[in-house]
Amino acid sequence: MAEAPARPADELDLQAANGSPARIGRPVLRYGGADRTTGAQRFVADLSFPGASQVALVTIPVGCAEIVGVDSSQARRVPGVLDVVTAAELPSPMPRFGPSHQDRPVLAAGGVNFHGEPVAAVVAETTDAAQAAARLMRVDFRELPGVYTLDAALAPGAHLVHDPSIRPGDPRAERNVLEDALYTWGDVAEAQAHTDVVVEHDYTFPMVTHFPIEPGGTVVVPTEQGGLDVYSPVQHPYLLQRTIASVIGLPLNQVRVFAPDPGGAFGGKQNPKLEPLMAFIALRMRRACRLVLSLEETFHAMRRAGCRIRARTGFTRDGELTFHEVHADYQIGAYADVAPRVMAKGSYVAAGPYRIPAVRIAARAVMTNTTPSTAFRGFGSPQVAWATESQLDAGARLLGLDGLEIRRRNLVARGEAFVRGASAARADGEWRESLEKAAELVGWGEPLAPNRGRGIAVGIKPGATSGLSQSLVRLLCDGSAIVYAGTSDMGQGARTLWQQIVAEELGTPIDRVSVISGDTGTVPFDLQTSASRSTVFMGSAVLEACRDVRRRVLELYAETTGVPAEELDEAPGALITPDGRLSLPEAAREALGTLRGEFIGQGTRRLRGKGDHPLGGDAAFYEFNATAIEVEVDRETGELLLTKHVSVSDVGTELNALQVVSQDEGAAIMGLGHSQMEQLLLDEHGRIRNLGALDYRIPTFNDVPLELVTAAVENHDGPGPYGSKGISEGALLCTAGALGAAVAQATGVVIRDLPLTPERVWAALRDAEARSRADAELRSAP
Amino acid sequence: MSAGGLHDLQTVALTVNGSERTVAVPAHRTLLDALRDEMGLTGSKTCCAEGECGACTVLLDGRAVNACLVLCAEADGHEVTTVEGLSERGLTDLQEEFLNAGAVQCGFCIPGQVVSAEYLLRGNPSPSEEQIREALSGNLCRCAGYQRIVRAVQATAARRRGDRG
Repeated sequence: MAEAPARPADELDLQAANGSPARIGRPVLRYGGADRTTGAQRFVADLSFPGASQVALVTIPVGCAEIVGVDSSQARRVPGVLDVVTAAELPSPMPRFGPSHQDRPVLAAGGVNFHGEPVAAVVAETTDAAQAAARLMRVDFRELPGVYTLDAALAPGAHLVHDPSIRPGDPRAERNVLEDALYTWGDVAEAQAHTDVVVEHDYTFPMVTHFPIEPGGTVVVPTEQGGLDVYSPVQHPYLLQRTIASVIGLPLNQVRVFAPDPGGAFGGKQNPKLEPLMAFIALRMRRACRLVLSLEETFHAMRRAGCRIRARTGFTRDGELTFHEVHADYQIGAYADVAPRVMAKGSYVAAGPYRIPAVRIAARAVMTNTTPSTAFRGFGSPQVAWATESQLDAGARLLGLDGLEIRRRNLVARGEAFVRGASAARADGEWRESLEKAAELVGWGEPLAPNRGRGIAVGIKPGATSGLSQSLVRLLCDGSAIVYAGTSDMGQGARTLWQQIVAEELGTPIDRVSVISGDTGTVPFDLQTSASRSTVFMGSAVLEACRDVRRRVLELYAETTGVPAEELDEAPGALITPDGRLSLPEAAREALGTLRGEFIGQGTRRLRGKGDHPLGGDAAFYEFNATAIEVEVDRETGELLLTKHVSVSDVGTELNALQVVSQDEGAAIMGLGHSQMEQLLLDEHGRIRNLGALDYRIPTFNDVPLELVTAAVENHDGPGPYGSKGISEGALLCTAGALGAAVAQATGVVIRDLPLTPERVWAALRDAEARSRADAELRSAP
Repeated sequence: MSAGGLHDLQTVALTVNGSERTVAVPAHRTLLDALRDEMGLTGSKTCCAEGECGACTVLLDGRAVNACLVLCAEADGHEVTTVEGLSERGLTDLQEEFLNAGAVQCGFCIPGQVVSAEYLLRGNPSPSEEQIREALSGNLCRCAGYQRIVRAVQATAARRRGDRG
């Protein structure tokens, strides 16, 4: 078994790392880190656009309405106001866009489908003027009976979020179900014959918002050539480029997307939202137009799909799973965005990483008049994992097993299928090692203090099922290097890895490797920064580009020196000559000679999908995580004190130990957010009641567990460079299941709705006490 | 004073990072917006704009405040230090320890964290873990480098005390 040391940061020896020739796996300091501590790092709102006009959005205070009229006369009288843009000022019919369904209008046309959907935009010389004028806009609307919950959306005769006219040819257009998914294998009826115990329960997972600390924004600058420069802190600059080009009608080379580093994204900054509107406004104004969002506006721009899951699960008396049935309804919101994919990909792993002979998973993406949900770290898996992991514990309690033992008995081994049938998925790691490590680190089986409990859970998430990353590496004549890689560096530290790979492969010191990203005008194509794909996809492209450089060095060295190419060889960081080993930068210098110049290497990593696969292809890798939590419950207040939180991820190979720790700890704490405190609450008009930082709680310093320990299992078995896998989402997949089980053990009360707020825990304890009192009275009655 | 119009400008003179600055701003202009928009000091960040996230933390007469909750006019005659001011002579020991601890991810909250942590350490050279958490509890980090940040502050405290870390 691989070494998997628990590693508080103090044990990461940075000094050794910086002086060491071995660059892979070491905790190298973050590229661009220093500028982030001094304030020199420029996020989109920090960029200066002299002469830009400022844009403010106009919304109405309901989630579903028909727009009767828009009166901008007062707004236009505000000094400094340049223009007011409503649907009437945009093309008709209103252009629509979206990554899979082209259903999202550039600006609300005719009606509003969710609270916060803009109906107009005010353009002014200053932000003050734009905002003052936006408040003076008069929007006459007629509120409609919007659907704000799953029940309302699925009720017979429910208001349709989308008029069937924008879903032509869709047999489901008369319902609010946008897409569904069905995964089945084995025979549930037959499996029931071998079943000793069945548990059946309903679970809910709340709508939560990404809450990036950088709200973000967009600036669009028309160019003299008739094109557009678009500045937006997006995860997918090339998708934004294509979307703008398509809605405006420009060739790709006329749309240049600059993507300043996102100040946190977590999936929320993947897909275009307000950029097409800004492009139309800038073209109309013929000048730079700038929109900076407020935090509240990000609540209206991104969220995770809430979910309701009914699960029915069978076990033998030995605790072996016999069947598992899941029905999951994802509450996706007013436009598709990427949510149908979230539903399909999340529910694909709804049976968990287990050996189950018979499974039936049915899931639906249900539209409601709410903020369009989108990708959010975990991509649909945390919702179903909450239910399935809780079902395992429900079975264990009935059978007198503990949470660790029942998972040991059902977890698949390497190579074993956990999704069966035509599109089977097999374990691509020794996952049991992570489970055992988490149990060991949490002290599973040690005696518990009063009011304390422990829970353990596992989670899996499919990585990317197709992808394309292209990269260029330039080795300059002085031995320094420049990498061109389109991955957005949003906190995961991608550029640091590219530095490490180049240093390893070309022998260039890390501080002499720079990385260019965030500019579609100079950097080659990258499909997207999502699904923890970049290490595997872009990392492989950078690696291949480095090897291309090495081959070119060899060829030119042979030409320059006259040494036959057959007598030369190349290796990481070196050219092997008949006279011995030359460092690659030295060999490059010699080969380039007095004309100097440079070597340009190209690398591509392409994964084609499979047309007949329900996800469009096999996942390039699976993220696997085991989380174990020890909690102390205050029975008087319902408050949870996390005394220990352990997260163990199967990472393949850690390319940068410090960044892996940061990602794991960050995901673990984000998981505590949706498990313990976060939830978007709506009123009867579909308005978000807890809009903003004051009323929507995310974890703070005071919410960090007393002990937070992360560890990595390394078996060098991933498809990425040096055996790496993607790692950025694992630690939140099953946080809720581990916490729920811990609370159940501490209190004897099982809660199946998230988040486990003090109020909810307290109420559950109170109800349980009332029930047991009533039972006692019944028993003592004559 | 008569009821001034929304856009009547007031002259505010303040010391920012050791330099005297004079700006003409409307009464409602926050110190944060004045720093960012009038003085080009964009190290202080805007997130919640209601004093909950700490991304805009600056020192006002040496005390940590949310610049989004202070009107620029209130800072008239006072001294403001921003993250740029703390960093004038290169990285501080605290900023170095943020990097060493892996506390910096997307980085958007980090300037505010650095200012809050500097304020804590100036008043309490040996803070306990609990005191660090409490002092920084008004600074949100969604990448949740909280544990890394605590270690960075501890390491800085040790360095300043002359302990060998």
